[in-house]
Amino acid sequence: MLKTRLIPTLLLKNGRCIKTRQFDAARDTGDPVKASKIYDAQGADELLFLDITASNERRDILFDIIQRVAEECFMPLTVGGGIRSMEDIRKILKMGADKVAICSAFVENPDFVNQASRTFGVSTIIGIVTYRRVDGKDKVFIHGKETETEQNVLTWAKELEERGAGEILLYSIDHDGMMNGYDIDMIRQVTQSVSIPVIVCGGAGKLSDFVDAVQNANASAVSAGSLFHFTDQNLIKTRAHMKNAGLAVRSV
Amino acid sequence: MIVIIDYHMGNLRSVEKAVEWVGGEVIVSNDVDVIEEADKIILPGVGAFPNGMKNLMELGLVDVLKKQILVHHKPFLGICLGMQLLAKKSYEFGECIGLGLIDAEVVKFSFADQSLRVPHVGWSDICVLKESPFLDGIQTGDDFYFVHSYHMKNNNPKDVVATCRYGFEFTAAIQKDNMFATQFHPEKSQEKGLRLLSQFVMLGSKVNA
Repeated sequence: MLKTRLIPTLLLKNGRCIKTRQFDAARDTGDPVKASKIYDAQGADELLFLDITASNERRDILFDIIQRVAEECFMPLTVGGGIRSMEDIRKILKMGADKVAICSAFVENPDFVNQASRTFGVSTIIGIVTYRRVDGKDKVFIHGKETETEQNVLTWAKELEERGAGEILLYSIDHDGMMNGYDIDMIRQVTQSVSIPVIVCGGAGKLSDFVDAVQNANASAVSAGSLFHFTDQNLIKTRAHMKNAGLAVRSV
Repeated sequence: MIVIIDYHMGNLRSVEKAVEWVGGEVIVSNDVDVIEEADKIILPGVGAFPNGMKNLMELGLVDVLKKQILVHHKPFLGICLGMQLLAKKSYEFGECIGLGLIDAEVVKFSFADQSLRVPHVGWSDICVLKESPFLDGIQTGDDFYFVHSYHMKNNNPKDVVATCRYGFEFTAAIQKDNMFATQFHPEKSQEKGLRLLSQFVMLGSKVNA
């Protein structure tokens, strides 16, 4: 039977791990290759790298990191951030990533979803939906939280599925780094609207948040950054907690 | 020397690194001479079945592969799409003829139950049905990493050595003589996956079942 995936998120900037709150106020949290090895040893089910490096010249640092991680961590690696073209995808997969996660470029050019999934396979392409609440409405944002779009979260998630994305990464900007729990209502609505797996990110602050997202909102995978960086909760304790709560998790 | 067939389908680097990690000497190639020289063959692959077949044909690798497997009995490992391509045909984007080395078809997962999402992505435990030199040290209950929307339906149950449950039991690994293949990704399955790859690396260069 399929296990609920527990995925540490590594937010990268200029080759370092950082943590943000509502996509602002970055704090350095260390070396990504070292962090990856620790997560690997603790039996993470997958690693998610999101690169928010602004300048394109520094992209080579990301390639180097992915390459170094892929040499020693024999587990699924997903890479997102700044991917704009088929060539970008090809390059990142060649460095050792298994899946790519794309946000802005998909919103700006929806045909890119079809093209990417046809060429690289549905299961290689993850559509990232970053959103925040504006005047009581949940709006899709791109370029971090710079640009508000006209897209509604549910319609866009559904369109990503129809165009060939294999998974949705649902990322709440409002909840990012706040450690106040996931946006359960939105997760539930999205998982009810699509039939592809939904990975959730943003807000996990205690172990029961993971259980909540799976049991009460049907998330396929739970992701977190702060919880593993800033608290004494590690993946082993988290997995034990999830198991005790009755979730199917991998025995490592 | 183990050759990993480069037919432009997915990330071959992970497979290469993992095989090297367990001590295998490996070369990534689509050169017919290199393939004929190799002791063992790995056919990995991520992507759509018709593209995979098209690339194998365009690179002139179909007959070479069949000869290495059927005539020279070289140990062969297929991974994910590399397993599915062994089937007679697939229904991905219409109907497409496969290598036809295994009596099977490849069909899409489809569930009414909304909790069973497609693609099937993540770690699932397998059930080992019979002993296989490739599965030495692997037991029922061990978790492996899967990522696929299509699965193999075998007409000859004898070929199926392990299954996995997702809504129903589907084929997780097959073996027929010197051919072994997995739907899951051993190169992405941490310790157990590396164990399986090391079995393949350590096998004698010819398997006669």
